[in-house]
Amino acid sequence: MKALLVRDLKLAFRAGGGFGLGIAFFLIVVILVPFSVGPESGLLTKIAPGVLWLGALLACLLSLDRILALDWEDGTLDLVATSPLPLEGVVSVKALAHWLTTGVPLVVAAPVFGVLLNLPPQGFLWLVVSLAVGTPALSVIGTFGAALTVGIKRGGLLLSLLILPLYVPTLIFGAELARRGAEGQDITTPLLMLAGITFGVIALLPFASALVLRMNLR
Amino acid sequence: MGSIWEYANPVKFSQTVSRFLTPVAVLAAITTVVGLVWGFFFTPDDYRQGSTVKIIYLHVPSALMAINIWFMMLVTSLIWLVRRHHVSALAAKAAAPVGVVMTLIALWTGAVWGQPMWGTWWAWDPRLTSFLILFLFYLGYIALWEAIDDPDTAADLTAVLCIVGSVFAVLSRYAVNFWNQGLHQGASIMRAGAVTGADTEEKVSNVFFYPLMMCIIGFVLFFIALVLLRTRTEIHKRRTRALLARERMA
Repeated sequence: MKALLVRDLKLAFRAGGGFGLGIAFFLIVVILVPFSVGPESGLLTKIAPGVLWLGALLACLLSLDRILALDWEDGTLDLVATSPLPLEGVVSVKALAHWLTTGVPLVVAAPVFGVLLNLPPQGFLWLVVSLAVGTPALSVIGTFGAALTVGIKRGGLLLSLLILPLYVPTLIFGAELARRGAEGQDITTPLLMLAGITFGVIALLPFASALVLRMNLR
Repeated sequence: MGSIWEYANPVKFSQTVSRFLTPVAVLAAITTVVGLVWGFFFTPDDYRQGSTVKIIYLHVPSALMAINIWFMMLVTSLIWLVRRHHVSALAAKAAAPVGVVMTLIALWTGAVWGQPMWGTWWAWDPRLTSFLILFLFYLGYIALWEAIDDPDTAADLTAVLCIVGSVFAVLSRYAVNFWNQGLHQGASIMRAGAVTGADTEEKVSNVFFYPLMMCIIGFVLFFIALVLLRTRTEIHKRRTRALLARERMA
């Protein structure tokens, strides 16, 4: 498992593109928003938490098909599947690697981009907390989608169509948490719900991912 | 009369469908037409909503069906995964497009109704939003069926998607409730208090209730007829493909 994780991380860092692209995409979304809605700072303050969450979610979505597609093409996945490591463990490690290479950089970059969108000072802490708690759920759900569509040629668009509805609850509670944090309201309920979703999908969804991966490998 | 699993045999299923399809379809047509005509022309206008209230005869049955068709797909997907009956998987495949259309009808009639009543075609109300999400789930489900060549793999993967999607659909329903307060009224057709007469004010009056029930029954029968027909078509399509393949081998 550790070897697989190290291998995935190395590939993500060295093979180019994968690691920085997510943040670059996130940055571009954040920069484009003021162009489209206008530079008025009051409006930007109001929508900043939502835009940052949406940007992070889209950046995450962009990199999903890299989780399994390359390993599927060169046959690594078949090898890993025949190894003694259970497939549930494999998909968990894949999701973890995706989170480390995409989710964590987004969490770190989000406060910087928050400055661009005029996020109020008290909002930064809860923005980071909401993304830190929420992005693992995005990675795990995304891995399920990647496992579902791994056998399909040019399945990228289909992957988005399947995954976006599944992202709705996470987005609602994550953005609500960030918004309430920015406006100084009580954050307990969305924080607990978001954490609940994250832990729930980490516990349950790898089984579904491994199941569909087995169906695809058959 | 043997066990229900006998009908998992495609041949037996097709025979049964041939026997029941016409009566069910005719019954569906009669109940729908009677229910709609009754509802549209022989019920009084609502004292506040005027004649717009009559949209209820399309809106409520289609909305009910949209949710229940997904539930039926969930059950047939589970049967497919557990017992590997092809008819079950094909029934889920056959039901999905009907579900999409029902969702669209519910959304559309809701918009037409909402415009005069709420003054807007669309609001991000929990119920409306949930239906839009349900619509996306249907689209994804159908797209996945279309995208995979191998029929058994497609049935497997869509079945898992249906089950996982159901969990997330329920989750979204409650998340959306939390996210925005509603404009849509609560359930007022069937409620515990209404039967015992405890809260008669909230219940739909019997004048509207009977034709509405008729329409709901008509929609259910209509759906059953469509699914039977479409499932049989899927079975025939698969048999044709098998025969063609065998011919090419010979």
